[in-house]
Amino acid sequence: MRKLTITLLATFAIAASTLSNAAEYVVDVKGAHAFINFKASHLGYSWLTGRFNKFDGSFTYDDKNPSASKITVNIDPASIDSNHAERDKHLRSDDFLSVDKFPESKFVSTKIVDKGDKKLEVVGNFTLHGVTRSIVIDAVKVGEGKDPWNGYRAGFTGTTTINVADYDFKNAWVGNIELELHIEGIRQ
Amino acid sequence: MLKNSNNQFGLISKLVHWISALMLLTLFAVGFWMVDLSYYSEWYRVAPYYHKAFGLLLFALTLFRITWKFATPQPDTIAKSSTERTFARLGHIALYIAMLVIMMSGYLISTADGRGIELFSIVTIPSMGELIPNQEDVAGVIHEYAAYTIMVLIVGHITAALKHHFIDKDETLTRMTKTPRS
Repeated sequence: MRKLTITLLATFAIAASTLSNAAEYVVDVKGAHAFINFKASHLGYSWLTGRFNKFDGSFTYDDKNPSASKITVNIDPASIDSNHAERDKHLRSDDFLSVDKFPESKFVSTKIVDKGDKKLEVVGNFTLHGVTRSIVIDAVKVGEGKDPWNGYRAGFTGTTTINVADYDFKNAWVGNIELELHIEGIRQ
Repeated sequence: MLKNSNNQFGLISKLVHWISALMLLTLFAVGFWMVDLSYYSEWYRVAPYYHKAFGLLLFALTLFRITWKFATPQPDTIAKSSTERTFARLGHIALYIAMLVIMMSGYLISTADGRGIELFSIVTIPSMGELIPNQEDVAGVIHEYAAYTIMVLIVGHITAALKHHFIDKDETLTRMTKTPRS
């Protein structure tokens, strides 16, 4: 029995080491060291910015092999916050996000291309308002290393532009929305 | 005759009743219409501005109305049957409650983020802050249902008034419209 256990453990250890050295990270939403912001044009004269307050996610990352990385982010669209309650109520309604009908939004990476110089191209499926489309997030690794509390962290920023018309928004005139992700993960 | 007597409504009660009626119906119509305005409509900003200002005025008028109700005698109900009297009483209480609920919920929608409500650019009624989570959404749903409830109650109110006028042929309706000869 003991021999079997040792054999099994050894097998797992070898399997794990040969598969990848990618570490698992959980996005630090507890400490709020991650942000999902958006930016929309107001009348073409200025920018309106806001953020999603509730989301979570996880990723794997190996500095030696960035293209083997993966990331998943789940967003609660009802947590939209543009610093104006009446506007947020309107954004949650059927005119825009229809959060009652589509309470979940998420991004799941399908392919990551290492562009060198800390730049990554993150291709993945983005679900919003019940519609899933493939998008590309231009990401930059900000840094990684030990934190002062015996942990290990890695952080990235990513930007992408979506058009709400592609996601069947009733008020499609809003047009392009820039999404900006600041993701800090704690290694597990 | 400003004050009520035991069988007649005074001028103040009548005026308050008809002004409230006009404001309730107008606020309902404007509210029903303005929620579907397009962002680029010239009314998109103006309609909610006046809806809120007149809503606040109606709230002040309603507070005065309730105070006045206790400060002046209440004319006796004309209906003889006790069932009718009970329904009339319940209907009136429901209307008062629904009016207070709709005005308070309206206030809570607009003030959920700490912003006050402008009253004709003269004064800003301050916010009490976010009292409950998702306040603007919860208050919004209450505001909508209260609006439809009030309309149903008003239809009942008008039906009852017309029944008194045309079927019972009593002066329930006319004592709210006519100035009595004294």
